[in-house]
Amino acid sequence: MSQTQNVLSMKGITRSFPGVIALEGVDFALRKGEIHALMGENGAGKSTLIKVLTGVEQPDSGTIELDGQLVQVRSPQHSHSLGISAVYQEVNLCTNISVAENIMLGHEPRRFGSIDWRKMNALARQALTKLDIDIDVTQPLGNYSLAIQQMVAITRSLEISNARILILDEPTSSLDVNESKQLFDVMMKLKDAGIGIVFITHFLDQVYRVADRITVLRNGKLVGTYDVSSLPRIDLVAKMLGRSFTDLDAMSKVKSQGQQAQGTTRVVEAKGLGLKGSLEPIDVSIEAGEVVGIAGLLGSGRTELANLLFGIDAPDSGSLTIKGQAVSRFSPSESLQHGIALCPEDRKAEGIVADLTIRENIILALQARYGWFKFLDTSTQYKIAQEYIELLGIVTPSADQLIKNLSGGNQQKVILARWLVTHPQLLILDEPTRGIDVGAKAEIQKLVLQLAAEGKSIVFISSELEEVLRISHRIIVMRDHKKAAEYSGDANDQVIMHAMAGEV
Amino acid sequence: MKNSLFKRIRESALFWPITALAIILLYDAIFVPGFFKIGILDGHLYGNLIDVINDGAPLMLVAIGMTLVIATGGVDLSVGAVIAISASIGAVLINPAFGNALISNDILTKDATNTALPIIILADLAAGTLCGLWNGFLVSRAKIQPMVATLILMVAGRGIAQLFTNGQIMTIYYTPYFYFGNGFILGLPVSIFIVATVFLLAWIGVHKTSIGLFIASVGLNSKSSYYSGINEKNIKLLAYTFCGFCGSIAGLILSSYVHSADANNIGLYYELDAILSVVIGGTLMSGGRFSLFASVIGALIIWTFTITMYTIGIPANALLAAKAVLVLLVILLYSDYTRRSLSKFFKLKGTRHGATN
Repeated sequence: MSQTQNVLSMKGITRSFPGVIALEGVDFALRKGEIHALMGENGAGKSTLIKVLTGVEQPDSGTIELDGQLVQVRSPQHSHSLGISAVYQEVNLCTNISVAENIMLGHEPRRFGSIDWRKMNALARQALTKLDIDIDVTQPLGNYSLAIQQMVAITRSLEISNARILILDEPTSSLDVNESKQLFDVMMKLKDAGIGIVFITHFLDQVYRVADRITVLRNGKLVGTYDVSSLPRIDLVAKMLGRSFTDLDAMSKVKSQGQQAQGTTRVVEAKGLGLKGSLEPIDVSIEAGEVVGIAGLLGSGRTELANLLFGIDAPDSGSLTIKGQAVSRFSPSESLQHGIALCPEDRKAEGIVADLTIRENIILALQARYGWFKFLDTSTQYKIAQEYIELLGIVTPSADQLIKNLSGGNQQKVILARWLVTHPQLLILDEPTRGIDVGAKAEIQKLVLQLAAEGKSIVFISSELEEVLRISHRIIVMRDHKKAAEYSGDANDQVIMHAMAGEV
Repeated sequence: MKNSLFKRIRESALFWPITALAIILLYDAIFVPGFFKIGILDGHLYGNLIDVINDGAPLMLVAIGMTLVIATGGVDLSVGAVIAISASIGAVLINPAFGNALISNDILTKDATNTALPIIILADLAAGTLCGLWNGFLVSRAKIQPMVATLILMVAGRGIAQLFTNGQIMTIYYTPYFYFGNGFILGLPVSIFIVATVFLLAWIGVHKTSIGLFIASVGLNSKSSYYSGINEKNIKLLAYTFCGFCGSIAGLILSSYVHSADANNIGLYYELDAILSVVIGGTLMSGGRFSLFASVIGALIIWTFTITMYTIGIPANALLAAKAVLVLLVILLYSDYTRRSLSKFFKLKGTRHGATN
């Protein structure tokens, strides 16, 4: 068969949700027997594209062709019958029943009305052998490693739908190096068998190891489709991040006007801080009045670092010292006492309490530090809330408005206010400007620099490199869950992108 | 202006519970002659309304505790069993025979106890509080789903109570103990003063400390609360412990009221009535904002209804069916669908009114 034959061709796919266009005229083509990496940062539209392909979402416009035939994927069941199957990061199989049952569930061979176990096991074994996997199919699935479970999931999806297209969404994110290698072997086999594989991952190394072509999406638009051999890593990173020179640039290098961090008082000293499976041991030190930017692609370990510093996760190696005091117990309430604050990445799930008012959201952390019995009376609460609503320019009719009624940018400011009222020594901001409009973005950046000028230490995490460059005194680059490099704030963006991509 | 005031009242947490209670009382006023009659007998008040308060006191107590638990996003199925444990311990401590030997006629006629009253009360309360602490531990530390965690004690609790009573129905012969369920202060039942005290305690805890805010916050978004530095485990632990404490007082009053402790039947289904009270009070089962007062009204609705049914002569075996109808009506009244329809109805009336102006 010819290598250039397209098994799938999506043209002009558009899908919008209230307020956002998730996909705008995206073209995507998958050849027979190729591994095609789908790349992009958060909000790029990868998952929406997959949802359209698997029938979870219906496109507003655009066409899908399978082997040259125009089709409409009506539902996930329908996509199965069309030969499209998807395996996700979390294996959704039953760990307490046998491997064979998992593979054949719903399609068990029957004899005299009851399940023909011997035949079922044989069929399952046969299916696995095709992928060179040799395991005891009568054992419960839970007895095997995540990689094997992942492959059983793949086997199942191939077996029950006779798949032409296999979508692997972040299959390796919970696998270790060896397990990933096993998975790649399987992918190569499937590729040789002529199946088209869509591979979504945050690991650049893996893309360059197994993929034939790369399609990059950004902000719901197609950036382009490239042969892996013709796209150097650095270009891939640049394409994923995009180069959006907006009016934000007007305030570029604000930091240089005010101050270069004086660097006399060491606020944070982390030595060999790490957690197995989350972050490799890392050294970080931060001075008073310093903004340390964390650059890195999604999944590079940025958020893991923030979570360790703030005590969401307890490290299993290394030490953390705040202003000379060693942190011995790791929890947010403990960090609060040490003067550490975190604006979490997922504003909705980890930041706001949607059905509380702005006032209650603002005083939450301060009240948590005061404890149960030193209760701020209502008038003090209003005073604090009012003060920060004005200070941060939160747009709201009153402090009694429920926070869920605010825009994303204003919600973010409320969360910032929640931490600012506790007067933290170290403020960790994980993607503070994501999903908020340009004006609010600039205000938050300005605020960060102002806080640094007041002597607070800031950790600023963002997937927008320009933003990190603009306000950081120092930049730590994360890659593959470890610290890849460290630069001073006036580093060249090319240098940093090289470090993010893993090419020096 | 008048419209907006009406709207504010209609959106208040207490509007629907009070409306439901008012409807039942209105029915009583029209169809049940003498329902509101209150007389004086032996220097204290009596009548249907006094019965509602006195009989409803244990449920009001349990509803107060249950409100806090449900507000954290949990549920406590074990309060009925906690009532049984607390009542049994009280009865066992009082009974000189400890339930083992055959009770002689001599003992039956004597007003006797083995233990001093304050110690009996303390033991009662301690037992219930410990049960609550156990539930709280399972939910907050062992991370067991609340329904499953409290189901353990719901099933095992009555067994534990039977171990105390040796499987017997313990009759209590000790007059001072009867005071809690049958006594009067200033002509009113003692039990209502106990409810008032516990309510005040809970109200202060909720409104004069940060506990109330933390409970609502944990119930609404446990993760965000944790990220904000709230010790959400201790908040949950507190709620369940307090609920157990409330259950123990309810056990004290109930066993005092019926002069006995029957491990199998005392406080039976109280957990379900308590959950119902809380739901009628408008607190969502998913947790979050809550109103203690509304839950107490919820308990009052259940008991006003029960006493009304008794008064108009509904046989006891039809009572549950009648209660089911009440529950159905209340829940329908509360459903988003009904509320939206009602809102639309009021809005329509409002605009019509505006148009004629």
